[in-house]
Amino acid sequence: MSLLEVNHASKNFGSLVAVRDVSLKVEPGELRAIIGPNGAGKTTFFNLISGFFPPTSGSIVFDGKDVTGLSVARRVALGMARTFQITEIFPELTVFENLRIGAEVASGYRLRPWLGKSETAAIKRRVEETLELTQLADKSSRLVGELAHGDQRATEIAMALTLKPRLLLLDEPTAGMGDKETYEITRLVRRLHRDNAFTIVLIEHDMRVVFHLADRIMVLAEGATLAEGTPGEIAANETVQAAYLGKAA
Amino acid sequence: MTQLILFNVTNGLIIGAFYVLMALGLSLILNLSNVINFAHGGFLVIGGYIAYTLEPYLGFWGALVASPFLTAIIGLAIERVMISRVYGRDPLYSLLLTFGLAFIFEDGTRFIWGANGKPFAIPAFLSQPLSNEFFFITGYRLFMVAMVAVMVSLLFLFLRYTRVGIRIRAGTLDLETVSALGVNVRALRSLNFAVGIFLAGLSGVLAGGQLGLEPTMGSGLLMPSFIAIIVGGVGSLPGTLVGGLLIGVASGITAAVFPSASEAIMYVLMAVVLLIRPRGLFGEEGMLT
Amino acid sequence: MSETHRKLAALAAIWVVLVCAPLWMPLVGGYTALGSRVLVLGLAAMSVNFLLGFTGVLSFGHAAWFGLGAYGCGLILKFIALSTPLGLLAGTLLGGVLGGMLGALIVRRRGVYFAMVTIAFGQVFYYIAFQWSSLTGGDDGLRPFYRQPLHLGFTTVDILQNSTAFYYFVLICFAAAVALMGFLLRSPFGRTMLAIRENERRARFLGIPVEMHIWIAFTLSCFFMAFAGSLYALVNNFADPRGLHYSQSGDFVMMAVMGGMRSFWGPLLGAVVFVVLQDYVSSITVNWQIFIGLTFVVVVLFFPRGLLGFLQARRRG
Repeated sequence: MSLLEVNHASKNFGSLVAVRDVSLKVEPGELRAIIGPNGAGKTTFFNLISGFFPPTSGSIVFDGKDVTGLSVARRVALGMARTFQITEIFPELTVFENLRIGAEVASGYRLRPWLGKSETAAIKRRVEETLELTQLADKSSRLVGELAHGDQRATEIAMALTLKPRLLLLDEPTAGMGDKETYEITRLVRRLHRDNAFTIVLIEHDMRVVFHLADRIMVLAEGATLAEGTPGEIAANETVQAAYLGKAA
Repeated sequence: MTQLILFNVTNGLIIGAFYVLMALGLSLILNLSNVINFAHGGFLVIGGYIAYTLEPYLGFWGALVASPFLTAIIGLAIERVMISRVYGRDPLYSLLLTFGLAFIFEDGTRFIWGANGKPFAIPAFLSQPLSNEFFFITGYRLFMVAMVAVMVSLLFLFLRYTRVGIRIRAGTLDLETVSALGVNVRALRSLNFAVGIFLAGLSGVLAGGQLGLEPTMGSGLLMPSFIAIIVGGVGSLPGTLVGGLLIGVASGITAAVFPSASEAIMYVLMAVVLLIRPRGLFGEEGMLT
Repeated sequence: MSETHRKLAALAAIWVVLVCAPLWMPLVGGYTALGSRVLVLGLAAMSVNFLLGFTGVLSFGHAAWFGLGAYGCGLILKFIALSTPLGLLAGTLLGGVLGGMLGALIVRRRGVYFAMVTIAFGQVFYYIAFQWSSLTGGDDGLRPFYRQPLHLGFTTVDILQNSTAFYYFVLICFAAAVALMGFLLRSPFGRTMLAIRENERRARFLGIPVEMHIWIAFTLSCFFMAFAGSLYALVNNFADPRGLHYSQSGDFVMMAVMGGMRSFWGPLLGAVVFVVLQDYVSSITVNWQIFIGLTFVVVVLFFPRGLLGFLQARRRG
């Protein structure tokens, strides 16, 4: 059974059709990339999957459960985690504190007025594990707002990881980054995919990243699916080349 | 019996028309700049008192015309010097700022013109009732309604057909895009604010003619404006129009059946609207189109 | 001195000052009853800040719960039972429960809409208190009722006549409320409140149902507010509609802003400054409102971080 199924999702904003009858099936452990020119509807599509707003038509099924009507928080509780094109973090808290919140929520402690010793220790361990995984351990007591862009993005991904999600949605994780930072983030995502078997869907513009990481690629243009297939198929696809790739890759 | 109902409905419409004038100014400022102008009542009072001061020189009609403009200029100055500084920030600060201004206005009025009420003379022919049967409809009250109707129409035309008006409407929907399109947002906000204050000043003159002038008269009229906006729907000018009339009429009718509750009915209406349709009658989507 | 030591020292200093107030206040021209007043208003300001500074939600009608607390307490003492603890309990419940109920109606919206509606709510209660004069005494306020001596089993403490005893009673209540507040803010729930303030979208995408948490924070702050209001009724032996008016709300918000919204004790400092200022200015001029208004304007324009924020910035930079 697919982990994520999007069935003929469409989203209209008044008379503007942002997403037009797009379907997607993501298998557990897969890394799917979504690419397309600017304004193709990629982020809107992500918003539909993560529950930011409901689709005008179509459905979203996550792990066999129809989540189309569920709120963002409910979907997160079911195992979806997401990062944003413009990094959404808590700038005036430390890295540790940023991660702690997610860990506490995911452990079911969000309404608790206090934590016992063992519970606090468990949270601490969880955060430290994630810090190890994302190689942020040495920055754990720094304010996230003061970190370099790449580290902020890594923190955001780490925050998503503390939720122990089934599905990671990454919206342009390398946006605004130089070569070195892009390399670091790409390595991180690859590790998460290969070593930790996370299921990941990512939106990307950087073709090197896409072709390096993806199992399958979906191309969106003007809100609709232009093509879908393996990296090799997409690279060879002339319509895609015309619409988007041009001379790159 | 129907006579009584008619009396009270008409009375209510007249009151409602007045609330509309106040509330529209408040709504304009709220929609574009996200500022709850607590000092709106204060500007009303200033408008009334300026008219009072000008009347010996310009007469009623001169004062009626001049005062709103002068009040608007004062409003503009305050917007430029103080309010514009808090636009980017949390709405908390504009609330506190206008709140402080309201204090200053009320006490300042007391300081300049004295704490006692002042009479504001209106032309004799206006204070005559229309007829013996409809004794409550004095010419002045009809005049007020007429003024409000004229103002609302002018506002509508302004927002629909002038370039500035269209920009204001666009700005309430998406200020960022408007700015990106090259419009001077600072100037737009200032102008919008001035228009809102103009309406407040005019309300002050009209109220003065009806009720006489008093330093505290502004705050009593602020709440109905709020309620009109909430009932009609925050963000919608037609909503504010309908909201104001609605609470006016409700107030009028209640005055017939249950006189002491005529003020309470506004709050009841608000409570009902919040329960059944929290975004107000015309919600956030409505704009003068 | 490390950060933690500095914080502990500051905390100790605050409590020493508060506990010894009946000793040093007369020396600076104050009097014990003023101290009780400041404590209660400070608690109210801290309650507003629980929501405003720590969750980032602007409620401008919060005096409603304060006033309800005062009336609840007063009504019990006047009509039902001569028991101070019962009065406190009743007042706290009245404000807290009503606050929770009404809060549920409006948490879906935020920003100016929320502020407007909370103002309107406050005015409803103001209006009711004003009109229902047979019960509330209308414009004259609710009187007479008096805070009752505390029967502690082994002794009776006369808090009515003995203003020093009453001050310590208020201080103990203050301490309990403040301790609970601090405790909640340090809890996992408290951290979700901070998360919502820092970045609401991110909080939501971490799985925090934002509206529900805001409602809980709102309700908690209403309970604290109502408790402060009940104490206030005891301070004055009197409850009046003005305590429900939005201008009272404005005062509380102002205290929080003046003292510093981001800090826990800031609002208390703000209350001290505000009360002292108001007392002083109203004694030298009839037009003291202009000065209060000017203070608002100056603080908003030039000291938005409040006194403590200003001092902290000086220390760092």
